[in-house]
Order: sequence, then structure tokens, then C-alpha cells
Amino acid sequence: MSEQAKTAIETDVAIIGAGPIGLFAVFELGLLDLKAHLVDILDRPGGQCTELYPEKPIYDIPGLPIVTGQELVDRLMEQIKPFGATFHFGEMASGLEKLADGRWKLKTDTGTEIVAPVIVVAAGGGSFVPKRPPIKGIEAYEGTSVHYAVRKMESFRGKNVLIAGGGDSALDWTLNLAPIAKSLTLVHHRDGFRAAQHSVNRMRELVAQGKIKFHVASVKSLHGEGGQLAGVTLLGHDKTEWHQEADALLPFFGLTIKLGPIAEFGINLHENLIPVDTARFESQTPGIFAIGDINSYTGKLKLILSGFHEAALMAQAAFHICRPNEKLRFQYTTSSSNLQKKLGVA
Amino acid sequence: MKIIAKDREGKETVIEGRDGWTIMEMLRDAGLPITAECGGACACATCHVYIDDGWYEKLVPPSEGETDMLDMALAVQPNSRLSCQLTCSEELDGIKLTLAPE
Repeated sequence: MSEQAKTAIETDVAIIGAGPIGLFAVFELGLLDLKAHLVDILDRPGGQCTELYPEKPIYDIPGLPIVTGQELVDRLMEQIKPFGATFHFGEMASGLEKLADGRWKLKTDTGTEIVAPVIVVAAGGGSFVPKRPPIKGIEAYEGTSVHYAVRKMESFRGKNVLIAGGGDSALDWTLNLAPIAKSLTLVHHRDGFRAAQHSVNRMRELVAQGKIKFHVASVKSLHGEGGQLAGVTLLGHDKTEWHQEADALLPFFGLTIKLGPIAEFGINLHENLIPVDTARFESQTPGIFAIGDINSYTGKLKLILSGFHEAALMAQAAFHICRPNEKLRFQYTTSSSNLQKKLGVA
Repeated sequence: MKIIAKDREGKETVIEGRDGWTIMEMLRDAGLPITAECGGACACATCHVYIDDGWYEKLVPPSEGETDMLDMALAVQPNSRLSCQLTCSEELDGIKLTLAPE
């Protein structure tokens, strides 16, 4: 589908960020019959919980003495299932504009447009983006010769490929591109790898067979013209330097968090955080709320449990914006057959 | 104990370290530009520092988890450590370090 062919989606609330707080917001909104669409740059729910520490235990979620980042997200996904939220994964929230009717139009970098009276920013520290190695002038080669992901393997056919890194992505692409590339060299700062052992073993076999090269080294500088890489200078740990031909460089050092386009949305920011009031968790722009790690207020603690509380209060305020002529009926899930119906348990 | 920390522009700051706290926490509290986005869980490699002037050998060696995580850090050198894995103590009084590039 071309970008133009996509028609704008209309909903009650557009949530930026599908981390634990964005997910729980779906629950609190859902109890009030508010529908939500979520946008996240990652390809799965969970944000930092699943990207940074899926296997690490969390001990301070009330009622769950121990839960891993992945388990918490799995449980939240189960908890919000009845509310049928729509997820837009692999998309970055890229623009926000106010419409004449007072609603907001949120755009993503793939052309999705979501129109809603309420925007909830639950973006944590911002978007996860690939770590960029501190090599002078690397920006000029990005997209042409320097790639942080492989979209089409065929585009590396017959190329001199240099891969930097020692994790699973570095090793997986070393193995996948080895038969396609004209030459393939892997560089890493040590002769040891974080990647899965069978991948490391396979890589070492290819090196032993002379099919690929591996150096304990780092990329010191890039050489080329007009964005086309021709070669690199490698620096070994013994401080020796040498030149190596390379048409493509693939650095794989995982992801880091950058605030990204949210900074351009016209929302008031203070030190990359969105100041909010603590009754509604609304930013200084009416209709735009901020919950979780991205907001700031007196006494703020960056804890998942604080974000859950913020989501509940935000939902109450959002209801009055989305349903100005309706009365909000505050009920408990324990006793309300109405809420239990929504949850699919009654 | 004192931590002598150099930022990426070469500016030196002397920080008073609190016993039992991590060096990452001290750098962050002193307002140095260290990301430390996972908050000290050894899960992101964004509190990467270089240990200077012979202090590297005086530290408790990195755990397997830290060595693995350093694979995700940028511009790793033989004297690289993750500062969230270093605990302040009197033995480290005067430790010198430099923030790694981000």
C-alpha cells in the first residue's frame, strides 16, 4: 500500500510507546470504554522491559514478588487482551498536528495516520535506535554504505562486506552474508563473543576454511567518496593499523534510546522530559498526556508502579475529553458486573 | 574516596564517592553526561568508561555478564569497564577514568 492510499484511522486515544505503561494505559482506558491505538518503533511490545532486560528479574511490582521483564509484558498483554487495542509495531511516531475540529493527527514514519482527541506519550526515554559507532564522518555513508540492519541480503551480493560487533546480530549476519558477499570480514574488540555458541563455532569454521576473515580490531576511519565506501582503516589492539577494502560496513552494537521526533511535536519539554500536572498527567498542551519515564513532576520516581498510577488518572481525564457529554461512572472490577463483562469474565 | 573523571572534551571533575554506591551513580549525580539508560542493571552498555593510569588492574575483574555486555559498547579498549559494575570503596580513592564516546 502506498503512503497516500492509507486512510486515517479514527480512535479515542493514540498511545506513543508500547512499553509496560503504554500497555497498562490500554487497560485503564478500556474499563472506561475508550479504544486505543499504540505506535512503537520496536517490532514487539514491552519497550525497555523486553529490549534491555527480558531475562532480568523485577522485584518491585506490587503483588508479583519476582517477575522478569518479559513475563511482566506477557502478563500485561494478557490483561489487556479483552480491550482489542491495535498495535502499530515497527513504526516511529514522526509528526503531530492539531486538526480544525480540535482532535490530533498522529503520523508515523511509514505513513500511518491516527486521528484521536487524546494523545498519550508513554515513550520512556524515546525511541530505540541503533548505536552509531563514534567514527568521524560515518553519517555521510549511512543508508548507502553503512547499514544498521539488513533489509535485502541480495544488495550485498559481490560486495566486500565488513561487519563490526560481537553479539547475535553480528554473528548471524556474518553467517548469512558469507556465501553472498565477495569477501566478508568480522571485527570485534576481543576474541570472545556474546553471541550464541553454535554461531560462534560456525563462524570459526568459516575462518578456518579461509572463507571469511576475523580480526580483533576496531574501525578507526572510513574512506570513500559521495557516500560510497571504498575502504577502512582498522586498528588492532596492538595499536597496528592497516587498510582494508570495504564497500559496506554493518555495525551491530545493539540499540540505544534517543528522544527523536517527539522533541518536534510542540509539547513543552524540560530536560527532555514532559512536565505534567499530577491530577491528570496532562502536558501543558490540553489533550496531550505523558505517563511513565517520559514525564516529570515534583516527586517523580521512574518506577513502573508510578507509571501504572499515572495511567489510571490519565484515563479518567481522557474520558472527559473523549466523551464530554457522558458521566463517568467509577466502578471496581471486583464488584461491577458491567466491568466484568468488558473483561470477558462475567 | 575521590573519583577523578574526565568527560569527552577532556574536562576533569573531582567527585566525592560514597562508599558502597556505584561509580555510575556518582558520575550521574555529579551531572556528567553518562546515559546509563538501564539504570544499573548491566543491560545496556551506556555507562562505559575507560580506566586510566594503572587503575584498571586494581579493580575487581569484570564478571562474565559485564564482559558480554561490553560487546554492545562502542569503541571498547582493553581498559574499558561499565561504571555501574564498579563499587566505590577506600581502595579506589583517587581512581582516574574517562567517559567513553557515545
